[in-house]
Amino acid sequence: MNNQDDIILRTDNLTKRYGGVHALEEANFTLKKGEHVAIVGDNGAGKSTFVRQITGVEQPTSGDIFFEGKRVEFNSPLEAREAGIESVFQDLALCNDLDVPSNLFLGREELLFKFGPFSILDEKKMMRKAKEVLERTAIKIPNLSNHVGDMSGGQRQCVAISRSASFASKLIIMDEPTAALGVQETTQVENIIRGLKDQGVPLILISHNLRQVFNLVDKIWVFRRGRIVGEVIASETDGNEIVSMITGMQGGVHEKASYI
Amino acid sequence: MFKRENLPAEASIFAVFVGIAVLFEVLGWLFIGKSFLGNVQRLEIIILQVSIFGIIAVGVTQVIITSGIDLSGGAVLALSAMVAASFAQSVDAFAPIFPQFLGLPIIIPIAVGLAVGAACGWINGSITAYTGIPPFIATLGMLVTARAVAVIYTEGQPVYSLSDSFTVIGSGAWPVLVFFVVAVIFHLVLKHTVYGKHTYAIGSNEKAARVAGINVRRHKIMVYTIAGSLSGLAGVVMCARATIAQSGMGTMYELDAISAVVIGGTSLFGGRGRISGTVIGVCILGVITSGFTFLRIDFYYQEIVKGMIIVGAVMLDQRRQAKQRSRA
Ligand SMILES: Nc1ncnc2c1ncn2[C@@H]1O[C@H](COP(=O)(O)OP(=O)(O)OP(=O)(O)O)[C@@H](O)[C@H]1O
Ligand SMILES: [Mg+2]
Repeated sequence: MNNQDDIILRTDNLTKRYGGVHALEEANFTLKKGEHVAIVGDNGAGKSTFVRQITGVEQPTSGDIFFEGKRVEFNSPLEAREAGIESVFQDLALCNDLDVPSNLFLGREELLFKFGPFSILDEKKMMRKAKEVLERTAIKIPNLSNHVGDMSGGQRQCVAISRSASFASKLIIMDEPTAALGVQETTQVENIIRGLKDQGVPLILISHNLRQVFNLVDKIWVFRRGRIVGEVIASETDGNEIVSMITGMQGGVHEKASYI
Repeated sequence: MFKRENLPAEASIFAVFVGIAVLFEVLGWLFIGKSFLGNVQRLEIIILQVSIFGIIAVGVTQVIITSGIDLSGGAVLALSAMVAASFAQSVDAFAPIFPQFLGLPIIIPIAVGLAVGAACGWINGSITAYTGIPPFIATLGMLVTARAVAVIYTEGQPVYSLSDSFTVIGSGAWPVLVFFVVAVIFHLVLKHTVYGKHTYAIGSNEKAARVAGINVRRHKIMVYTIAGSLSGLAGVVMCARATIAQSGMGTMYELDAISAVVIGGTSLFGGRGRISGTVIGVCILGVITSGFTFLRIDFYYQEIVKGMIIVGAVMLDQRRQAKQRSRA
């Protein structure tokens, strides 16, 4: 078994049911410090559900989550974030009517003057920092004071990713971060992820793109119908093996090799 | 040269306002041989009339930005006015409500009126935030209840003999000043504070706001409480102006307030809107009411035109929204 001190995140028998739907069944998952892993699986396999439990968006039906060795119960995304877990959600979670800096700093605004809810915003500072953050990621957004809703899907995705990448302290989780992106933006996002690896920030990446998964991560977790059906070291496997784990079929895999 | 898109939304609403005012001026000369705008007294009356529901509209703007609605403004105004007035009676009042509380310093009835409004708003906000009952229904319930409590409070009797020191705050330009100060304060608060940012965020994408760590329930309760307090303030100013409080005061004011907000460009879908737009919306409604009266056109025709303007404003909003969706 792994040395306990090495493990940043562990789940024991994590289970989530929505009424009769068994979205996640007894998931036992571990993530080591500095490790980058991918979660793969078909649509509806329970990947996003898993992420929602460990980021406090939802509370599990049963099972335990251990973060940095301590049992945690996140009652809200804020609690998870305060513990150092940042996430990019599949459905973006941006406010279309706000501009880029407001979205980047939503919920942790820079302040000029503190006065409870009526604290005055430091808009200049947020704009300046937003520029820095986006420059570092080489993402091109012409005018940061535009409403996010007026930007392209790729640009929005980039904003969401830079938001979590720039605030990530202990763990970052990305649910299909490049699903809506063009080739160039995808490369940029992949570079952000490599940067996180260099910084030693652990990452959980959910992706349907196996080429990307093999390029980026150390280990692959396979989900099927709400269950974890395998964990494999990326360098010790190939696309065919992963695909047969995803689909649960041993034969007929070769037609599906287009996955790679 | 600037492009049309770069103009603030307020510019076009303001243009409508000026257009309507000029239209009445022309019609005035054509049909009754008088100037509409030339009459200073009339302009004063317009501003005074709109100030009261304008104060409510400042709160309603914030509620609508969160993609909620507050239908209870007029009723909360009445209840707050009744309760505030009962603490504002002069020492020589005949058959006072509270014989032991006469000639109090004016800060007490003002604070009481605001507190009653805040309590009503807090109830609206809590129901909306915690039960999942839509704000339309929650505040409709408040509309009926607050009006009924206002009647029960004095068994249907008006509250007279308000002290002179209290009625001062409704006299002269005071209501306008209160409206103006409240509008400026909340315009700045929405623009430059965390409260404002989170108000827009919740209306724009409630889920994103929650994920970003905003306590959405607490924030909504705060927004409705502020709206209730402003309705309470409107009640205080209105009874001070009338020197009497009646349970029927402010009937339908919630509709004027909501209309002003919508005409002022705040989106019923939430996430967008500004107090400055609402102020112009309030002025547009005032000018229309006054202009029709000036042209001696029947009250019900005024209502028809107002109704059409509101529907038009909402249609514009929907088209804007649809455009955004198709792009996203
Ligand atoms: N809020 C919910 N209520 C009911 N069922 C849900 C809910 N959320 C997810 N499910 C169900 O749980 C299962 C797992 O869904 P989940 O979103 O985790 O899949 P996923 O692996 O992320 O798929 P995708 O690759 O399509 O994003 C699905 O069958 C889904 O229909
Ligand atoms: Mg998913």
